[in-house]
Amino acid sequence: MIEISHLTKKFDQFVAVNDLSFSVREGEVLGFLGPNGAGKSTTMKVITGFLAPSAGKVTIDGHDISSAALQAKRLIGYLPEGAPSYGDMTTLEFLRFIAQVRGFRGVEIEQRVDHVINEVALESVRDQSIETLSKGFKRRVGLAQAIMHDPKVLILDEPTDGLDPNQKHHVRSLIKSLATDKIVIVSTHILEEVTAVCSRAVIIANGKIVADGTPAELESQSRFHQAIRVTLTDSHDLVADLKAVPGVASVEVAEDNGLAYTIFAEGGASIFSQVSEVAQQKHWPISEFYVERGQLEEVFRSVTQQSEGRANG
Amino acid sequence: MGNLGIIFKRELHSYFATPLAYVFIVIFLITNGIFTFDLGGFFLRGQADLLPFFGFHPWLYLFMVPAIAMTLWADERKTGTIELLLTLPVRLVDAVLGKFLAAWVLTGIALALTFPIWVTVNYLGDPDNGVIVAAYLGSWFMAGGFLAIGSCMSACTKNSVIAFILTVAICFLFVIMGSPILLNAFPSWAPQWLVDAFSAMGFLTHFDSIAKGVLDIRDFLFFSVFIGAWLLASAIVIEMKKAN
Repeated sequence: MIEISHLTKKFDQFVAVNDLSFSVREGEVLGFLGPNGAGKSTTMKVITGFLAPSAGKVTIDGHDISSAALQAKRLIGYLPEGAPSYGDMTTLEFLRFIAQVRGFRGVEIEQRVDHVINEVALESVRDQSIETLSKGFKRRVGLAQAIMHDPKVLILDEPTDGLDPNQKHHVRSLIKSLATDKIVIVSTHILEEVTAVCSRAVIIANGKIVADGTPAELESQSRFHQAIRVTLTDSHDLVADLKAVPGVASVEVAEDNGLAYTIFAEGGASIFSQVSEVAQQKHWPISEFYVERGQLEEVFRSVTQQSEGRANG
Repeated sequence: MGNLGIIFKRELHSYFATPLAYVFIVIFLITNGIFTFDLGGFFLRGQADLLPFFGFHPWLYLFMVPAIAMTLWADERKTGTIELLLTLPVRLVDAVLGKFLAAWVLTGIALALTFPIWVTVNYLGDPDNGVIVAAYLGSWFMAGGFLAIGSCMSACTKNSVIAFILTVAICFLFVIMGSPILLNAFPSWAPQWLVDAFSAMGFLTHFDSIAKGVLDIRDFLFFSVFIGAWLLASAIVIEMKKAN
């Protein structure tokens, strides 16, 4: 278990992380979200022991990252932002180096290296020097070194940044497959990723937590939660039909398409059955009709901008 | 093998994986040759010793050693690998020492490859080989002193060119500290202990006696402590500056 309590990190006068507290349990995949400069990377750098906290503490399975740094670091696999690695080494040399530093000896080294090469599909670039690899391969080399010692805690700073959709998919399924008995913290600003891989999402802004919950819980905070999207083939006065329907809060027409409507629900309650009944009775010329789960992006924007407004005001 | 050894091996290997080690060794040998035979008048002196060879080493190291040292930490910071290295279960002291030792061994290899000159002087005359061995060792320790300064300067910046210039400047200061040029520049009211302390910190003070065959353990001790102090400073600077 990772416990972060009252963590503060200052750079001179600038407060990057401000009294942050949360804990992560085994089996959780925590999506760490926030606008650029919110303090995501700084928090990860403190958790992994690269930067010392200005105040507060971080413990990994009871080992304090400041006072028992080596024990804590042994439990962590870390992919730093940008997946840095030694460019003049080949993939194989680099991974062997990591395996040795991680304490593997003799035949174990080759076994572990072969295992991770398999896991992240690096077979084709085994003997290529890392500086000649494409961005996607470099990222995978970084992932390979992070999972070398089958760590209990996996901390990945923007693992899919700059990858093409196929590679993203691959990395996500890798994270999912690793996650069962581990603690995984993934920072990202791709929101679909959170819905795809994370069991919990924490949004931070200006160094503070502004939202914390499962992706579904966060989505339900959206004003689009339970809203119904309707696209018509012909113009029809939906607003008049819906006036008397209970639970309907308001109706909006899309700006770019006069036939696409969004019907908002009052207080996030389900209005599917009422609205579909009306639609049948009034014979709406429907081409599309579906319920929104809510938009994480919208929640993200609203909670981070609120926080910014407070910080500036 | 502990982590120090693993890091040492990786660093040394990476010198030879790039042309850096070869370029360094070749240029080192060529300039050594020019200095010894041309400027040093190795043959004209008609003496069976290597004084003209060793005499130029402080000046040769002044530019060659900072070139190796400049990338030690600056490149780690620039490429971000410092974050990788220092989040592995590695003690900072192992990283600092491992990197330093790899660079030091590289200068040792370059120095050892000057052996033909030793063979030559033995062929031409009958030198005191004990003196020559001591001078080789002394020269290597002095290179270590330059490197340790370089390690610290390299830790100060992401830019290896700046690290190079800073290292050259500081090394130059330590080279001339013991020389009459600087000591004569002291005003007459300066207390003697200050002049002595200055002179005692100078590389030339220590290296000249080693090169002449005066094998004083205190000179080696000086370089060892000097190296230790600058490496400690490197570790402190890395700890302080790794955030930016």
